[in-house]
Amino acid sequence: MSPLIAKLGWFGFAITGASAFAVIALQQGESIGAIWIVIATVCVYSIAYRFYSKFIARRVLRLDPTRMTPAYKFNDGLDYVPTNKHVLFGHHFAAIAGAGPLVGPILAAQMGYMPGMLWLLVGVVFAGAVQDFIVLFISTRRDGRSLGDLIKSELGHIPGMIALFGTFFIMLILLAVLALIVVKALAESPWGTFTVAATIPIALFMGVYARYIRPGSIGGVSLIGFVLLMLSIVAGQYVQEIPVLAAIFTLTGEQLTWLLIAYGFIASVLPVWLLLAPRDYLSTFLKIGTIVGLALGVIFISPELKMPAFTQFVDGSGPVWSGSLFPFLFITIACGAVSGFHSLISSGTTPKMIRNETDARFIGYGAMLMESFVAIMALIAAAALEPGVYFAMNSPAAIIGTTAESAAQTISQWGFYVTPEMIMQTAKDVGEHTIISRTGGAPTLAVGMAQILSDVVGGQAMMAFWYHFAILFEALFILTAVDAGTRAGRFMLQDLLGSFIPSMKRTDSLIASLIATGICVSGWGYFLYQGVIDPLGGINTLWPLFGIANQMLAGIALILCTSVLFKMKLDRYAWVTIVPATWVMICTLTAAWQKIFDANPRIGFLAHANLYKEAVADGILLAPAKSIGQMQQVVFNDYVNASLAGLFMLVLLSMLVFGIRTVLRARATTSPSAREAPFELLPADAAPRT
Amino acid sequence: MLDRIAHLMRHLTQSARLMVGVPEYSTYVDHMKNSHPDKRVMSYQQFFRERQEARYGGKVGKCC
Repeated sequence: MSPLIAKLGWFGFAITGASAFAVIALQQGESIGAIWIVIATVCVYSIAYRFYSKFIARRVLRLDPTRMTPAYKFNDGLDYVPTNKHVLFGHHFAAIAGAGPLVGPILAAQMGYMPGMLWLLVGVVFAGAVQDFIVLFISTRRDGRSLGDLIKSELGHIPGMIALFGTFFIMLILLAVLALIVVKALAESPWGTFTVAATIPIALFMGVYARYIRPGSIGGVSLIGFVLLMLSIVAGQYVQEIPVLAAIFTLTGEQLTWLLIAYGFIASVLPVWLLLAPRDYLSTFLKIGTIVGLALGVIFISPELKMPAFTQFVDGSGPVWSGSLFPFLFITIACGAVSGFHSLISSGTTPKMIRNETDARFIGYGAMLMESFVAIMALIAAAALEPGVYFAMNSPAAIIGTTAESAAQTISQWGFYVTPEMIMQTAKDVGEHTIISRTGGAPTLAVGMAQILSDVVGGQAMMAFWYHFAILFEALFILTAVDAGTRAGRFMLQDLLGSFIPSMKRTDSLIASLIATGICVSGWGYFLYQGVIDPLGGINTLWPLFGIANQMLAGIALILCTSVLFKMKLDRYAWVTIVPATWVMICTLTAAWQKIFDANPRIGFLAHANLYKEAVADGILLAPAKSIGQMQQVVFNDYVNASLAGLFMLVLLSMLVFGIRTVLRARATTSPSAREAPFELLPADAAPRT
Repeated sequence: MLDRIAHLMRHLTQSARLMVGVPEYSTYVDHMKNSHPDKRVMSYQQFFRERQEARYGGKVGKCC
């Protein structure tokens, strides 16, 4: 293509994007179609990819197409395999996309769709995609080593240990908040509970099939599993209608919590081929398929956004979660804008398979743009709901009560039109008894998806099917994460404890692994239980803690990137990571500080603890506590949460100090000091650059 | 045209299998034949089991 045409093409892109933004910005109280958001988003992503990521690749990192990559250096056909960049893109995307980008934007929609959308766009272009890309680059140049190892070799042994320690706590909080989402979605819902429970025997059957009946047949077994899953959704409806069966599968939040904890314990000590691997096949393929389906639905149906661009809740008084736009929006939406967890993937399996260093741009930067698009779709699904219904689903019972009448009355007072009939009709449409206070994001996304998908296939009659399909899809990959996460946490812990008690290190010892698994499960189980009984819905406490933990890790990863840039003597380009690192740290530290010390008991843990302590002193009982003992438990939980937020602050601040020390040392030397693997040429027979 | 579709399908299948941690078996066999002709090559079943253990053996492989 001639340069002139290419330039004109990009100019056209810019104009289209700007026009779409103009449409979004100029709508005066009228609702707009989602397609405008999609157009604006795609234009921003394309321009950012074409210009900013190219700038980083060429000028900042100077990716070298002739340089050896770990995939060739250690080629073993197993872990290290030179892989086509499009194939690897799919692998990397599937590894980074999970529940995070789907839930965060839905919770953020209480402030209107605009704040979430803007942060998703700006965040991904300047922070999230940059982090994923540069960490992938750093790891690729260092034999594909992990984040902890990279920090150890570039910043020092102690910061490496601190980062690993921090990662363990992120795992616990992540698992607790994911499990909480499942509990909130399945509580008192026999249809949903039945279909999710049915995935266990289905997965067991698949496991046996893929091991003994037709060994290694991934495609075949996944297809069988998929058909069985769809049948279980259909069967769920009948389970709900037969009172005896419905009673078995109608469980309270607390019952589900105990079941999940038991499940997590058993599943993570079973052999992987039996339950974890087959469930992983189902959840991975269902996830990718559903994301594609949702994208097609959003583009072709272009649902109207009924949520206003901004609501009055930007001031922090919102019912879904409390805290003002700054800093809480920026930790509520983590995945999709910038997510520290990705730095573990970018320094995990992907760098071991990258064929050419120059592919890092497409895979690292590109896959993150795609994840951001998933988050935008989740935001659209939430904003396409009637705002009154959205708030009925996402506000805790402590604020809107438990009946359709009380919910409609409270929400109407906030200025969102909703009648008890609308709330009950929505519940009926999706085949549930009630939709009130189904917090956690998953049910909201499911209703939004059901509206969009039933417009494409099946109409109103299929809405209940699509709703439970969406619930199943989320529960499935959340349970896979719980299962795999508990297992990973157990190995981390065995490693950590092994430094003090050598016998704990033996992963083949049944007692050692049972102890480590037990500690792990009780860790996340504790936070889960505390969230489930919280009258404010649990999400209000756990999601910010998770966001803070995740953004703390992003801060750590970006500090590593910045240190490496200085060590490579690329000082003049270091702003590329300094700017996002600074922003992420400001948001994380401010949010953590407010979560601990804010005077409003809905935000600050200590203020909440004081409220309960004073009530105990006066002999008054506050919900949910039913006895003085439970009151003291609430106070204790608040102190645990406050200490955890404080711990995250300490980890981040200490990493900042180590980062600054590294940068100052790098600036004091005249030659590059980055610890890259020594330069080697790619073998001559390596696949040519694509 | 048909060639391109076949090519695309192969890439999609490879990517889907890699998503669950199983790289291309033929690549592994070729690699063993070319670089380590003296070593035993795992059968597909052994290869599949080895990859399963490696993927879920305790590494953090998934995101939020």
